[in-house]
Amino acid sequence: MKFLSEYRNPELVEQYLNEIKKTVTRPWTIMEVCGGQTHSLVKNGLLNLLPKEVQMVHGPGCPVCVTPINLIDKAVYLAEEKGVILCSFGDMIRVPGSKRSLLESKARGADVRILYSPLEAVKLAQQNPDKEVVFFAVGFETTAPANALSVVQAKRLGLTNYSILASHVLVPPAIEAVMNDKTAPIQAFLAAGHVCAIMGIGQYYQLVDEYDIPIVVTGFEPLDLLQGILMTVKQLEAGKANLENQYSRIVKPEGNPEAIKVIEEVFEVTDREWRGIGTIPMSGWEVKSELSAFDANKKFSVDIVKVPECADCIAGLVLKGIKKPFECSQFGKNCTPEKPLGAPMVSSEGACAAYFHYAEYAA
Amino acid sequence: MCLAIPGKIQSIDYQYDGLVKVAKVLFGGIVKEASLDMVPHAVVGDYVLVHVGVALTVVDEEEAQKTFSYLSEIGELDELVESCQIDAPTPN
Ligand code: SF4
Repeated sequence: MKFLSEYRNPELVEQYLNEIKKTVTRPWTIMEVCGGQTHSLVKNGLLNLLPKEVQMVHGPGCPVCVTPINLIDKAVYLAEEKGVILCSFGDMIRVPGSKRSLLESKARGADVRILYSPLEAVKLAQQNPDKEVVFFAVGFETTAPANALSVVQAKRLGLTNYSILASHVLVPPAIEAVMNDKTAPIQAFLAAGHVCAIMGIGQYYQLVDEYDIPIVVTGFEPLDLLQGILMTVKQLEAGKANLENQYSRIVKPEGNPEAIKVIEEVFEVTDREWRGIGTIPMSGWEVKSELSAFDANKKFSVDIVKVPECADCIAGLVLKGIKKPFECSQFGKNCTPEKPLGAPMVSSEGACAAYFHYAEYAA
Repeated sequence: MCLAIPGKIQSIDYQYDGLVKVAKVLFGGIVKEASLDMVPHAVVGDYVLVHVGVALTVVDEEEAQKTFSYLSEIGELDELVESCQIDAPTPN
């Protein structure tokens, strides 16, 4: 496939690896923020091919993983209400809440549907005027245009039976939260290319300056990741801290103005709780108050008791890059993708699940 | 879940009485629908990056080559630096 398979060329992978080996003289710890990048690094076996000086740690960038347990409980509660069709992305449906996952609700008779796109949920609302369609809208900046667009479309179509349960998180505040935790060992970041494709790269200049760390906006294919790592290591070795863009075929410095417009039309910034990390100020989006008719949080009153996380799960430390998944006492024992104790084991982009699936590469 | 992949626009239609611009996008052998609301200038034949049913950007074909030329460029740069070092006059 054009613009995909050529970025997996084994000869160039080899050349990039050699160049990284040639460049590196000291140990460095680099965090890739995005779960998609974690998945690609592990799946393609790159972690084992990198020189041992280059330690990649895996960041909090899996929106499914950081969605708080009480929001999942909320979604489960709504799904089990009469006349509700609860839809979301496949990964989200499997995440365990305190009592059960949405998938288990479905098995008990709730109308829970896995959709590829929130725009399909709008169609579903149009086709089922006697039902309430709720889309559990999780995601980073990458997914926000689609979720926002679903609200804009529903409004234009005059639908009164469509709403979203938004659990939107933002990358730059997460980078700040990681850097503000003095025990996190991070010396540089690969920023998530698709997030920057939407928002642009402007916000990252401030982080580079404030924390004096290199940040390289990076894509997802093996060559993208290796080029991003090489650019990062070159900066680290030279004692530089700059913002660079490896992924210029997709990321324009200004982002996508149309997408930003629709996001700003629907969402406003809010404090957000991150599963395993806690509340990070101004780190998420919620539906604007003037659109509260489309906000499931406002439209339905949900009465659930807040429950604590599983005490054995060290997801918070994993998400900040302080511990690797296999350092968790439950990893692969009581916690597997079939029976996850914490969210990073559920989503294929969660660090724990990535390591579990590709354990042979991750030693 | 942030997976976004590039595909080629095959055709462009309007849905909901012209309210929404939608493309048929070819990914390898699979054709899927994607909204073009975020990339209003995209035309048939463009490669767009699609995520959860929405095209997010048009792939910049020129920039796409950079990953392949980067290594030889830094190679040449290194040589240039080395040759400059050799040619530099030795201070007395
Ligand atoms: S292996 Fe399971 S229990 Fe341990 S941190 Fe990961 S999700 Fe939590």
